[in-house]
Amino acid sequence: MTDLSMPQTQTRSQSNTSKIALRWLLYILLGLFALYYLMPLFVMLTTSLKSLEEIRTGSLISLPREVSFDAWKTAWSGACTGIQCEGLRPYFWNSVLIAVPAVFLSTLIGALNGYVVAQWRFKGANIIFSLMLFGCFIPFQVVLLPMARLLGMMGIAGTIPGLIFVHVIYGLGFTTLFFRNYYVTIPAELTKAARVDGAGFMRIFWSIFLPLSLPIIVVTVIWQFTQIWNDFLFGVSFSQAGTQPVTVALNNIVNSTTGVKEYNVDMAAAIIAGLPTLFVYVVAGKYFIRGLTAGSVKG
Amino acid sequence: MAPILDINKLYKNYGPVEILKDINISIEPGDFLVLVGPSGCGKSTLLNCIAGLEEITDGTLAIGGKDMTHVSPKDRDIAMVFQSYALYPTMSVAKNITFGMKVRGVDQATMDAKLRDVASLLQIEPLLHRRPSQLSGGQRQRVAMGRALVRDPKLFLFDEPLSNLDAKLRVEMRTEIKKLHQTLDASIVYVTHDQIEAMTLATKIVVLKGGIVQQIGTPAEIYNNPANLFVADFMGSPAMNLIPAQASNNGSGTQISIARESGETLVLNDARNLSLPQDVILGLRPEDIAEAGFRAGAGVQEAECMVDMVEPAGADTYVVSELGGKQVTARLHAETSAQAGKTLNLAFDMSKVSYFAKETGERLN
Repeated sequence: MTDLSMPQTQTRSQSNTSKIALRWLLYILLGLFALYYLMPLFVMLTTSLKSLEEIRTGSLISLPREVSFDAWKTAWSGACTGIQCEGLRPYFWNSVLIAVPAVFLSTLIGALNGYVVAQWRFKGANIIFSLMLFGCFIPFQVVLLPMARLLGMMGIAGTIPGLIFVHVIYGLGFTTLFFRNYYVTIPAELTKAARVDGAGFMRIFWSIFLPLSLPIIVVTVIWQFTQIWNDFLFGVSFSQAGTQPVTVALNNIVNSTTGVKEYNVDMAAAIIAGLPTLFVYVVAGKYFIRGLTAGSVKG
Repeated sequence: MAPILDINKLYKNYGPVEILKDINISIEPGDFLVLVGPSGCGKSTLLNCIAGLEEITDGTLAIGGKDMTHVSPKDRDIAMVFQSYALYPTMSVAKNITFGMKVRGVDQATMDAKLRDVASLLQIEPLLHRRPSQLSGGQRQRVAMGRALVRDPKLFLFDEPLSNLDAKLRVEMRTEIKKLHQTLDASIVYVTHDQIEAMTLATKIVVLKGGIVQQIGTPAEIYNNPANLFVADFMGSPAMNLIPAQASNNGSGTQISIARESGETLVLNDARNLSLPQDVILGLRPEDIAEAGFRAGAGVQEAECMVDMVEPAGADTYVVSELGGKQVTARLHAETSAQAGKTLNLAFDMSKVSYFAKETGERLN
């Protein structure tokens, strides 16, 4: 018996050691990747806290000898974008003024669209949905000229409402898709029951469908906010001095410095421009995954 | 009194596909109409047409004497119970029940009073603050019925309301629906594919197949005098025996001969003077074939048959024998001495026989 059990325990402990070794290998690998991806952020953060003098003389990855927030202050309210030197602040608020209404409107209209396409199957509903889906795949560059013409005709070229309009239109393909796929899982009998109960089209939407939609609203808001906040192409094409979003302003700060390149200010500005999307992910991230994987609604 | 529901020459098409053809149904107040048929026969579509959830292609439809052909569901004075119950997931039971009244702008006091009445009638008072997801199947069923009852409509529509429940609960709820119908004297249209539900609940049954009405009648009429082979086969469990036979009129009655694979031809006499074609299908319910000596009456005839199988079912014993190339089931008393492989004298109650044409399947007598 003992003779037999000996090799067995040996193999078991052998496989245990190899398992642990593999596990550690995995952790080390993951750790290395994490370091690799965190490296730029680390460089950005440390550089933004250094003085120009220290950047010139020190190494790229060394910690700041003296922590200074001057670069952040300059980036926020003093850096020059071309001839004006107001920093990112006005453009940051431009972005907020564009993103918040555009996210709200495109989410709301997407929810309505999805509700109609999924629950009120009218003639041609599938064709219209396919066309909207097609809108998700049109490269933005293709529509720049027609859109500029349209905005001009509407008299909102170069304005913040104009940019909101553009972002709402281009968000609709995705928001409709999100809501449609969510509402398709809700049994049609629910709509029928509400109709017999006397509720109309909008009442059913407000009282029954919207309260069910929190997970998909979170997904849509995160998606749309990230898209609109990070947009550069529309921002640079359809804005004019004073209505540029933060991404365009960041580009101008980085490109229009004369003389010495203020790396610390550039880094601080880039972080400021990226903070809101980071914030949205951290706050609503867990709902994002939950909403993406949310299936049918149990009555 | 005017009929509570009057359907006249109703047609329903989906594109080129005809779903319902020439439907004519009329029911009186207090009637319990059951639409029954196999899946895909159009019974749920017909119910949706009555509710106004589906537009009808042609024909007219009146509820309570008023033409409702193109009226929207909310103005038809109907309430509907769905197969999946369709409770509003984000609302409490109380809100589910009062949602319709709220939409209509009924005042709070009336709403509370009606909610209390319905809750006590269905015994769901302890559940009023729960969400539908916190209820069992039977409780959801009750809430769905409460939502319909609180409307006090002219017409109730039930779309297979029991098919999501387990067998025991289904029988309980069936009794409860019947009791509700009796206490409220409500007019009901009820869709089911379960012929036992149809028999036990209905005051009037409509059998549908392929979008065409096969027969309309009381449960007894449908059961005893099925209009064609489909109805005969669909209603009743175990199903009616349908045996190919030869008929000849001998002046004072009808002589029926049934070929048997084993042994001689079975000859039976029907005292009724019927004019039948030579080839017929003879329909006889299992309970109309008994063990010899246990059934008496003018039309009863005995004959020796070979028993192929014996199936005890507790209260009854079913015996299967081959007649006319078909497995024929007889419903015998529980203590029968029948044994498989032996012969047994069976009593056929010929006064109960239905005859059907071999080609068309239509009833002949």
